[in-house]
Amino acid sequence: MEKRPRSFYVLSVFFALFVLFLYGPTITIGILSFQGPEGGLTFPMRGVSLNWFHELFQQQAVGDIWGAFRRSFMLGLMVMVTTVVVSVMAGLAFRKKFPGSGVLFYLTIASLVIPSILISLGVGLIFNQLGLKVHWATSGFGSQLTWTLPFGLLIMFAVFNRFDKSFEEAARDQGASAWQTIRFVVLPIIAPSLIGVALFGFTLSYDEFARTLLTAGSYNTLPLEIFGMTTNVTTPVVYALGTLTTAFSLLIIGAFLLSAWVMARRRARLGSDAGKGV
Amino acid sequence: MKVTRETVTGWLQAAPLTVVLLGFLVAPIITIVIVSFWQATEFSIIPAFSLENYEFLFGSPVTYKVFAATFKYAFLTWAMTLAIGFTVAYYLAFHIRSQTMQIALFLLCTIPFWTSNIIRMISWIPFLGRNGIANQTLISWGVIDQPLEWLLYSDFSVILAFVHLYTLFMVVPIFNTMMRIDRNLLEAARDNGASGFQTLVHVIIPLTKPGIMIGTIFVLTLVMGDFITVRFMSGSQRANVGRLISNDIALLQYPSAAATAVVLLCTVLIVIGILLRFVNIRKEL
Repeated sequence: MEKRPRSFYVLSVFFALFVLFLYGPTITIGILSFQGPEGGLTFPMRGVSLNWFHELFQQQAVGDIWGAFRRSFMLGLMVMVTTVVVSVMAGLAFRKKFPGSGVLFYLTIASLVIPSILISLGVGLIFNQLGLKVHWATSGFGSQLTWTLPFGLLIMFAVFNRFDKSFEEAARDQGASAWQTIRFVVLPIIAPSLIGVALFGFTLSYDEFARTLLTAGSYNTLPLEIFGMTTNVTTPVVYALGTLTTAFSLLIIGAFLLSAWVMARRRARLGSDAGKGV
Repeated sequence: MKVTRETVTGWLQAAPLTVVLLGFLVAPIITIVIVSFWQATEFSIIPAFSLENYEFLFGSPVTYKVFAATFKYAFLTWAMTLAIGFTVAYYLAFHIRSQTMQIALFLLCTIPFWTSNIIRMISWIPFLGRNGIANQTLISWGVIDQPLEWLLYSDFSVILAFVHLYTLFMVVPIFNTMMRIDRNLLEAARDNGASGFQTLVHVIIPLTKPGIMIGTIFVLTLVMGDFITVRFMSGSQRANVGRLISNDIALLQYPSAAATAVVLLCTVLIVIGILLRFVNIRKEL
């Protein structure tokens, strides 16, 4: 192997500092959430305790965070399923040149780059003018989709760019209908990437704040609840909640990575039977 | 034009996406534009055509100051995220040799992106505060005698938080384009006697331009549309356009909020329009 240039070591240090910068603050509140009962929002630590986690479970101390958590979790699942289905369908559509595809493409990009507060304000105004009540499962759900669908579609573009069309031709030559080709050939091949789309869908929704702000109605989602807490809670209980939600996010990412890994292994084990005869 | 079966299938498959975007992107924007011409009292909004929101907006010196502040945040954040993001992407793409290691390090960088922005913002407070880690470390090292006041609730903390939140949006597209650069080109440059630095400037940077542009679009639009980071990290002492809008919303002044939103949207679109002259996104995907 070739000797590493000096720039490699310099950049390695730079990269390590960057990772420290990314994780540092999160680790800080992770530590502070174990602050003793007398401790405050900053260092020094006055003892170590689970006091603030305990407080999270007392209704009066923190309001309705468990309700907020349940709603965010439900909403995350709804957004996840919708994002996967809609992105796959749109991804399939974009493989053909259909009239209007250009406009739709630019709309999707617009959806990604438009300031979130405009979606929040606009959807809020529409519901207001139509005399409808905003609710996390209707207006909140739709607003979040404008954020998750573009990511889903971009992943589908990447997936279909690498997709070998000869598989489909083979299926067609063997007499598979269009639907059968999708169901038994295309979907199984792209399945691992769909885990990525699902991960984006769930976590972007679970952590979404700006687009849900004016569209969630009277029942808050978790990020809105946390935001409310930061303005009126002055104890480390905020950190405890932060630590817990971060841990939950990491758990979700872990679960998705694990399922991707299991799927890859299964695939490697079953393998291809090409050339082995029937 | 002949409508084939394939076209119809394409339309049907694209229909759900189209419906969502029409209902929750196009319709809201149209509504905002309409409402921006309405009037408001303290209690309700009145659907009557008027230009007073815009007259007030463009007549107020605050507007120009706030837009200037927004551009300042956007520019500084862009410069920092580009410098950091490019370096990190370059390291991952050209210095890490095994693909497994590349993916592992890349994931390491992306994980924080999947946790709550708000939590990540709160996390800076014990770090930067008056008695925070940064001040105490500097004092114990003897660099300063008094805690620095400008670390938290200042332009510094706002930009620091932006860089923290959005550098990844720069790393991902740049890394992506770098991975597609034909390694033979780099070898050719070296064989022809180019130094590492010359290869970087004359080969890698020009070929990475599309990734840089996509990252730039992400970062600029995220920073220009932000309203929460500025409020949070400045302790409500600084303003940007997003905060102007959210303050109006809090006061139920929807028409005025809508007018500011329209101006913000136009500004963002102009910025993107300029950037798109340098890159064809559709070709890059």
